[in-house]
Amino acid sequence: MAKLLLYLTLATSLIPLFSVAFSPENPTDRRVLVLVDDFAIKSSHSLYFGSLTSRGFQLEFKLADDPNIGLQRYGQYLYDALVLFCPSVERFGGSIDVASIVDFVDSGHDLIVAADSNASDLIREVATECGVDFDEDPAAMVIDHINYAVSNFDGDHTLIASDDFIKADAPVLFQGIGHSLNPANSLVLKVLSASSSAYSANPKSKLSNPPSLTGSAISLVSVVQARNNARILITGSLSMFSNRFFRSGVQKAGSSIKHEKSGNEQFLTEISKWVFHERGHLKAVNVRHHKVGESDEPAIYRINDDLEYSVEIYEWSGTSWEPYVSDDVQVQFYMMSPYVLKTLSTDQKGHYSAEFKVPDVYGVFQFKVEYQRLGYTSLSLSKQIPVRPYRHNEYERFLPAAYPYYGSAFSMMAGFFIFTIVHLYSK
Amino acid sequence: MAAAAKAGEATLRHAFGNVLSFFILLLIGVLAFSIRLFSVIKYESVIHEFDPYFNYRVTQFLTKNGIYDFWNWFDDRTWYPLGRVIGGTVYPGLTLTAGTIWWLLNSLNIPLSVETVCVFTAPIFSAFASWATYLLTKEVKGAGAGLTAAALLAMVPSYISRSVAGSYDNEAVAIFALIITFYLYIKTLNTGSLFYATLNAIAYFYMVCSWGGYTFIINLIPMHVLLCIVTGRYSSRLYIAYAPLVVLGTLLAALVPVVGFNAVMTSEHFASFLVFIILHVVALVYYIKGILSPKMFKVAVTLVVSVGLVVCCAVIAILVALVASSPTKGWSGRSLSLLDPTYASKYIPIIASVSEHQPPTWPSYFMDINVLAFLVPAGIIACFLPLSDASSFVVLYIVTSVYFSGVMVRLMLVFAPAACIMSGIALSQAFDVFTRSIKFQLLRILGFSEADAGDGSSANVVPENDAVKVDKSEETIKERPSRKNKKKEKEQMEKAQAEKTSAKSKTEKRLLVLPMELSVIGLLLLVFMGAFYVVHCVWAAAEAYSAPSIVLTSYTHEGLHVFDDFREAYAWLRHNTEVDDKVASWWDYGYQTTAMANRTVIVDNNTWNNTHIATVGTAMSSPEKAAWEIFNSLDVKYVLVVFGGLVGYPSDDINKFLWMVRIGGGVFPHIKEPDYLRDGQYRIDSQATPTMLNCLMYKLSYYRFVETDGKGFDRVRRTEIGKKYFKLTHFEEVFTTHHWMVRIYKLKPSKNRIRGKMKKSKSRTSTPSSKRSGSRKKNPWQ
Repeated sequence: MAKLLLYLTLATSLIPLFSVAFSPENPTDRRVLVLVDDFAIKSSHSLYFGSLTSRGFQLEFKLADDPNIGLQRYGQYLYDALVLFCPSVERFGGSIDVASIVDFVDSGHDLIVAADSNASDLIREVATECGVDFDEDPAAMVIDHINYAVSNFDGDHTLIASDDFIKADAPVLFQGIGHSLNPANSLVLKVLSASSSAYSANPKSKLSNPPSLTGSAISLVSVVQARNNARILITGSLSMFSNRFFRSGVQKAGSSIKHEKSGNEQFLTEISKWVFHERGHLKAVNVRHHKVGESDEPAIYRINDDLEYSVEIYEWSGTSWEPYVSDDVQVQFYMMSPYVLKTLSTDQKGHYSAEFKVPDVYGVFQFKVEYQRLGYTSLSLSKQIPVRPYRHNEYERFLPAAYPYYGSAFSMMAGFFIFTIVHLYSK
Repeated sequence: MAAAAKAGEATLRHAFGNVLSFFILLLIGVLAFSIRLFSVIKYESVIHEFDPYFNYRVTQFLTKNGIYDFWNWFDDRTWYPLGRVIGGTVYPGLTLTAGTIWWLLNSLNIPLSVETVCVFTAPIFSAFASWATYLLTKEVKGAGAGLTAAALLAMVPSYISRSVAGSYDNEAVAIFALIITFYLYIKTLNTGSLFYATLNAIAYFYMVCSWGGYTFIINLIPMHVLLCIVTGRYSSRLYIAYAPLVVLGTLLAALVPVVGFNAVMTSEHFASFLVFIILHVVALVYYIKGILSPKMFKVAVTLVVSVGLVVCCAVIAILVALVASSPTKGWSGRSLSLLDPTYASKYIPIIASVSEHQPPTWPSYFMDINVLAFLVPAGIIACFLPLSDASSFVVLYIVTSVYFSGVMVRLMLVFAPAACIMSGIALSQAFDVFTRSIKFQLLRILGFSEADAGDGSSANVVPENDAVKVDKSEETIKERPSRKNKKKEKEQMEKAQAEKTSAKSKTEKRLLVLPMELSVIGLLLLVFMGAFYVVHCVWAAAEAYSAPSIVLTSYTHEGLHVFDDFREAYAWLRHNTEVDDKVASWWDYGYQTTAMANRTVIVDNNTWNNTHIATVGTAMSSPEKAAWEIFNSLDVKYVLVVFGGLVGYPSDDINKFLWMVRIGGGVFPHIKEPDYLRDGQYRIDSQATPTMLNCLMYKLSYYRFVETDGKGFDRVRRTEIGKKYFKLTHFEEVFTTHHWMVRIYKLKPSKNRIRGKMKKSKSRTSTPSSKRSGSRKKNPWQ
């Protein structure tokens, strides 16, 4: 009973562990700190900020070198998310530095970083900590002589129209510095990549060496989901958030279609919804297991028991928890390696369950659900359960195959008894 | 009239002797109990060492949950994640004994804690063991030898080392069971009583319940039976002593879960069955010899031998083929290392790594049995004068146990009772001769008749049962049809024999008279030697063998220092970690961690799974990252290492480390012992190999060590450590005890983010182009 209680408390205490910053009921961020180089950005990027405020975020604008800024007070974080629209800042004011930003992320908070050409070392360092390497040449920009956006104010093809993303209605305008990702890094994901004809170089100078970053290796916008489900958006262009890019029409070079409005607004709004946990956030509750035909959770199973495992998974829609429907959630019955791997069946209302037989091996097993799907927060549930062998009285009392032996044993005993009597009293 | 008065005097003297023996035995029991209480007086009433903690935990479980739950106990807190079926893998004798004592006391309203009962089980049973020794030696050479042997056993240091108060281990009750089994065997052999034979089987069952050393009994007794047969001492008593033991004993042994079918399947037990068959064949031959005429018998012998040989060859061939088909020839590793002392060090490092499985050194014989070592040969000679069934058994016992004690230091414990019995016999015979000489001389001086003196001394000295042991097999074979008749005849025979032998010994003993002065000096020397033995034993009990090894003490000029680091660390674990957290350490500390800290461990002192232990050994000998991955895959949260470098505690993990390497390398060949040795030398100073300096054990032991004295001087290895300043990336120190003897580290969680490849301290001075080429090399896409 005590063990059962323990598991229950463990189960309930584990879930918020995966989402430290967000209250389990409402994972969306609320308070956002925006650090800017100068307050002009507040007006020049007002469309983007407006979309955030209209979705209920409380934005707090501060100059990046304001001496009074700080992320936490008395050990409590004051903000749920941080937006760095300050590509040229050399030193943050107040108590903020790279380490404190990293700690902020590591304690489960979200971050948006927008760099620009001539981004400062500080911003580069923040990006590097998150697994994104900006082009090291400070003057470099992403240049694409084929997929540039036709415009009247840009002659060096640094304004790129990229439609290399999912469900692209209109191309997204990008102007700024490119970055590369380590392909071994599984946490970071390219959202908007440059086309294969792009390269990263200083547009002002003559190209003497081959550019270090070329083609689709260049990432324009990347997102990171850390292991604690903190989300980070990193882009090399601050101007892609600007009102000018939001409003401007776009025509891709070589294409006759002229879009009235660039895709920036839609693209960035949706992606910030993801970053601020309005989308793609899962929670698992009510992890239960019991023997088939019973409802109480046992403290220990016996080998070859039939058991049922169930869990409820919900997805946050931005305002409420909706049942998550998928057919690829799997449970493992795990002891050093999975002994049982079974896909959970769902009732379409968020309830997932599976029935299986405990393997014929005793030991300390775990029910494991490791659900890591792109775009969703990762679910990793594990619950320890021991499996014991048969008790001494749970074996079969008489084996049919052994009847000849029983027969021989008893006939031997009877024979010996008769022999003894005959031997002793025959005379 | 005179004869009646004499008889009355004799019975009075007998009664007086019995009462005296009883009180002596009582005092011996008190001595055996009280000499083992030094540990409680000097330290505290606490369980000692490693294995006793497990036994204590099992006893707690037994008293709380009852015997059926104990039988079926599946322990999920050790050997994570495999778990261990305790009920089926533990010898339950000790636990059940202590549990019964506790239950008995509690039902008598004596509220003792389980721990107290466990602490005092061993001293109580050593008192029993000395009484059993009295009985056994009495069967062999009479009451005088019995009392001497009992007194010697009560304080033999070898036995004290395993049975001080708090040393709650299987051996505590097993030695008693061993001696009582031997006693009952000899008793059956001397009396031919089925009652004792049954008791013998039950005593053997208790021994099987208590200790894996029962295989010693089931091999020694067949050897003795074979010896008797070969030397022509076959008798129906021998049959009664042996056949029921094998049948009942095997059946009973198979009831113990940990033995089960091993009782008939493993090679350790084959000898008993083989001798069982031989015994029956011999019995049959004697029977046929009795009913056939000599000529017919000769014909029958040739017929049977020719047919029997063929059958025997066939059976033996099949047996050999069966046994040879198993890789270890049906022997368990421990038994094999007994037969071939080099086996363990060659093939099973896990057995060789235990210090008590090493061969003993010469000084340890003098430490553990002291003057008995000199008395044993005298005892053996005494056993041959005259050689009876019982004394030949004791001789066989001492010869085999000397061999076994020479292979494994732990088996000194089996050797010690044999040495005590032999020395008891020797001492009592010597006293006999001396006192008789003195008495004889005194009487002669005082002018009494010789006959009286001889009579008086022989009545006291010659044990009644000596008579029984005389060879009379041929007579017993002939008389067969009715049991009653047989008994009567036997009694008559015995009487006749007794008269004959006593007369013979009388004449012999009159010849063995020494001069007065020599006898007195000899007596004094013997007393002096006995006194020396007692002094040594008390010293050993008080100083050498009473340390509980979880609390250490040392004397310096400032006074007594107490090192209570182990309990400090376990208490920290108990209070500061989650209930289900797993703690990894070398297996020595597994039992203590589960019992004292109540945390799940990966491996413990029950070394049943070599692979699992090798995994931990590999982790300890791997670099930090590889070790982290191994531990993480085992869900380990904390790693515990024992480090003696600061206070000079020599049995720490660094000194055990080569065994971890060997055991790990035995299963995972990428761990190679030479990588950790510089020119074959094990060192941790600046000459040590990089593999050594980077392995987890080194790092966890010496992390921040240089901060203590600024140099990093290791007081166990007496050298400065090789690598002084380093950081841990995958582990963090969470607790280090007062004297740094136990250090506990926590595994850091896996990184929340993965960093980019750019260096943190980027220098602006280098040209961008060179940087680029550098970064291009690292980028696998281009």
